[in-house]
Amino acid sequence: MKEIKYTVTDPLGIHARPAGLLVKEAAKYASKVNISVGGGAAVDAKRIMGVMRLAVKQGMEITMTFDGSDEEAASAALEAFLKANL
Amino acid sequence: MQEGTGKPVFSGVAIGKAYVYDPRQNELPASCGDSELELEKFNAARETAREQLGALFDKTSSEIGEEQAMILDVQIMMLDDLDFIESAQDMIAGGASAAQAAHDAGDAFSAAFAAMDDEYMKARAVDVKDMSRRLVDILCGGHGGFHMDEPGILVAEDLTPSETVQLPKDKILAFVTRQGSANSHTAILARIMNIPTLVQTDISISPDINGKLMIVDGYDGRYYIDPDPAVVSAMVEKLRKAMAYKAELDKYRGKPSVSKSGKKVLLCANIGSAQDVRYALEGDAEGVGLMRSEFLYLGRDSFPTEEELYQAYKSVVEQLAGRPLVIRTLDIGADKQADYFGLEHEENPALGYRGIRICLTREDIFRPQMRAIYRAAVHGPVSAMFPMIISVDEVRQIKEFCRKIQSELYAENIPFGEVELGIMIETPAAAIISRDLAKEVSFFSVGTNDLTQYTLAIDRQNARLEAFHDAHHPAILSLLRTIAENAHAEGIWAGICGELGADLSLTDAFLEMGYDELSVSPGKILALRKKVCESEA
Repeated sequence: MKEIKYTVTDPLGIHARPAGLLVKEAAKYASKVNISVGGGAAVDAKRIMGVMRLAVKQGMEITMTFDGSDEEAASAALEAFLKANL
Repeated sequence: MQEGTGKPVFSGVAIGKAYVYDPRQNELPASCGDSELELEKFNAARETAREQLGALFDKTSSEIGEEQAMILDVQIMMLDDLDFIESAQDMIAGGASAAQAAHDAGDAFSAAFAAMDDEYMKARAVDVKDMSRRLVDILCGGHGGFHMDEPGILVAEDLTPSETVQLPKDKILAFVTRQGSANSHTAILARIMNIPTLVQTDISISPDINGKLMIVDGYDGRYYIDPDPAVVSAMVEKLRKAMAYKAELDKYRGKPSVSKSGKKVLLCANIGSAQDVRYALEGDAEGVGLMRSEFLYLGRDSFPTEEELYQAYKSVVEQLAGRPLVIRTLDIGADKQADYFGLEHEENPALGYRGIRICLTREDIFRPQMRAIYRAAVHGPVSAMFPMIISVDEVRQIKEFCRKIQSELYAENIPFGEVELGIMIETPAAAIISRDLAKEVSFFSVGTNDLTQYTLAIDRQNARLEAFHDAHHPAILSLLRTIAENAHAEGIWAGICGELGADLSLTDAFLEMGYDELSVSPGKILALRKKVCESEA
């Protein structure tokens, strides 16, 4: 299992549009991808409503975990995605 | 042209497209009995919805812009969200039809967003709803539930409180109902929304009216369908005059409400929900003198949580920005309830198990509401008032209960504020013993609608009794005088929150009796202020 942490710098936080993009990115991989914020419960990063309901704001630290055959690739791609978009 | 009459409950002129509200539109087809088949229908509808949204996405991104189009893309992703799909699948496996499952799962997810403590995410509830409504529409052959695509006039047999909760209020220009009375819920809603409305209208409701041009004249109690050009120009002229009068009243905006002899009265608004605060502010209310709390409980299938109530009250307090707010605790009874209350049918609900009688015997209902009120008081001035009081003992029980609530919150380390406690004076008993009651509370607010109904023994919902009804009956005026005198003798303030408060022919009398506050429909505040400022009393 791989884990990455990232502090959101986008002033709007993870609102609908980036949540959509993040879900699409996560869905490209076979691994189980979870996302949580501030030590809260983890949700499936491939399900948009769950990701939106985390209501992640600027300055919050999110944790993503990857578990599966392509976890290396998935965590690298999502890390790049977070840096570029959030 | 088709024309007719009705009983006007709010003046004004509205011109727009007619929308016939048929409650059967909201009945969704039942399951065919085969859950496999219903699941197939559900998945097929998702496929169709995805195609529709995809086409809309392309159109929007080329004509409006990428940012707007993204909203549709998010809806497409919501359609494919496994949480949503699994929730609907479970409902279908449990015997629901595809349409029912799409509708209920959409409502559940939409409610979850609406309850979030984040304004942006709260607003996303609409996207979820939009997505699920599209599915329901597809599954019902394009007729899934009532909705209005542009502003118009709503024509209905009658509307129940729970139906009015779900209406697209920002699109309604006028109400026209065949039944209902001046005190029905449609009428109350119309007054809050400030829109012309006719009840007991001689209109024959048929689907052919749908989409036709309609005019409602709330001054003369007339309506026109497919109006002749002469009628249209006469009504446009009337509308112009109404707007000129409104401009005249606008001069009183922001002015203090003081009579010529120097009597100052606080002019507040009656509202039904957190969304109504905007009508109060538009009407230039100096506060909210009556927030009916029932609407938070109607049109749903379980009790609102303390958190939901707290969020709603907090939103009102914040929007009022320091202006006073009086929340009336739950005033519900057999005639106005939701199924989940489980109240038994009563022969005589007006004299039955309702208002404070329910709250004092059902702590499970009363506790979350009072806790939410105390918590909301952290954000600004909040008072609570209790309906249907008939004895000093009831008031003492309430005060004891409120002390308990405060110590609970204190012990749990949850912030709460000061809440002034007052009572509604709406039973003849309370009016008669108002001197004793005044020793126990911080204020009175007279509910003239119920006080009149109980004093005159006239059912306010019965249209046939309107000829016997006299709002200015000497017994009522005498009680009103006694109530104000007794309040002042014990050093507390008194207000009126019933419809009578807005009766301009009584404003002088109310000032002379010494009423400190009048709480009326938001749209009537400026006219009342003009009257107060011109009064010699």
